[in-house]
Amino acid sequence: MQIPYIVEERPDTGLINSKLGIWVFLASEVMLFGGLFSAYVFLRMAAPEGDFAYWGSKLSIPMATFNTLILITSSVTMVMAWASLKLKDFEKYKIYIGATLLCALIFLVVKYFEYTGKFHHGIYPSSSTFMGIYFTLTGLHGLHIIGGMIVMGYMWLPIGAKLWDTDPEHFTNLVENAGLYWHFVDLVWIFLFPILYLL
Amino acid sequence: MSGNDQAYIQEHIKVYLTVFGALAVLTILTVSASYLDVSTTEAIFMALTIATIKASLVAGYFMHLITEKQTIVWILILTFFFFLVLMFFPLITVTDQTGV
Repeated sequence: MQIPYIVEERPDTGLINSKLGIWVFLASEVMLFGGLFSAYVFLRMAAPEGDFAYWGSKLSIPMATFNTLILITSSVTMVMAWASLKLKDFEKYKIYIGATLLCALIFLVVKYFEYTGKFHHGIYPSSSTFMGIYFTLTGLHGLHIIGGMIVMGYMWLPIGAKLWDTDPEHFTNLVENAGLYWHFVDLVWIFLFPILYLL
Repeated sequence: MSGNDQAYIQEHIKVYLTVFGALAVLTILTVSASYLDVSTTEAIFMALTIATIKASLVAGYFMHLITEKQTIVWILILTFFFFLVLMFFPLITVTDQTGV
C-alpha cells in the first residue's frame, strides 16, 4: 500500500504527511524530556544547598565539551547530507551521512568512558540524587543517539539507500525527517550539557 | 532541479556553516562563563541564555523552522506552552511548604 502525501504536499496542511508526523513525534519527545527536566528542577530545589554542585563537579567538563562539539558537528554533517541530495550529489550524501554516523559513534565512545570512569570510582545512579537524574537523563539521551544511528545506518547502507535510484524525492524526504530527529537529539544535549556539567 | 534551486541550496550551505561556527563559539563561551566567580542565580541565567540561543539556532536553521509552515509552528507553540507548565510544576511544592 502506498502511503499518501509523502512526496507531494497535502493541500490542507501544506506539508508532506511524514514531516507532520515527525514533528508531532518530536512534540511528544519535548514532553518526555520536559518531564525529566522538570524532575531535575524539583530534585535540585529539594536538595541540600550545594549538593548538586558538589556531585556535578565530579563530571568531566572537557569530555562533555568535546562531546558537545561532536554533536554540533554531526548536526551540520546531517544537514549537509540532505543538502547534497537536494543537489543530486549522492556520493557526497554517502560521505556526509557516514560522517554523521561516525560522530554519533564517537559521542557514544566518550560517553562509555565517562560512565565506566564513574563506576570505577564507585559512583552509580544510586550514589546520590544528582547521579540518579544524571544517569537517567544522559542514558535516555544515549538511547536516542543509538536509535538515530540505526535509522541513519539504514539510510547509509544499500538496503535503505537503494530508494534513491527508484524514488529520489521520497528518499530525500526520509533523510530530511531523520535529520529533524537528529537535530532534536542535539538540541536536548545543548540543554543537558549546562544543567548537568556546568551548573 | 533548476539553476535557481541549486543557488538556493548553495546559499543555505553557507548559512549552515555560519551557524556551525556560531554554535562552536557559544559552546566555548558557556564553558568559559562557568568558571566566572558569580552567584548561582547569575550562573544559571547565563548558562540557560546561551543554551536557548544555541537551541534557537539549531531549530531555526538546521530544522528550517524559520521558513516552516504555520501548521508546524502552531504545534510547537502549543508544545512550548505545555512544556512551560511542566517546568513550573516544581514551584507548587514551594507554596506547599510555605502555605501550610
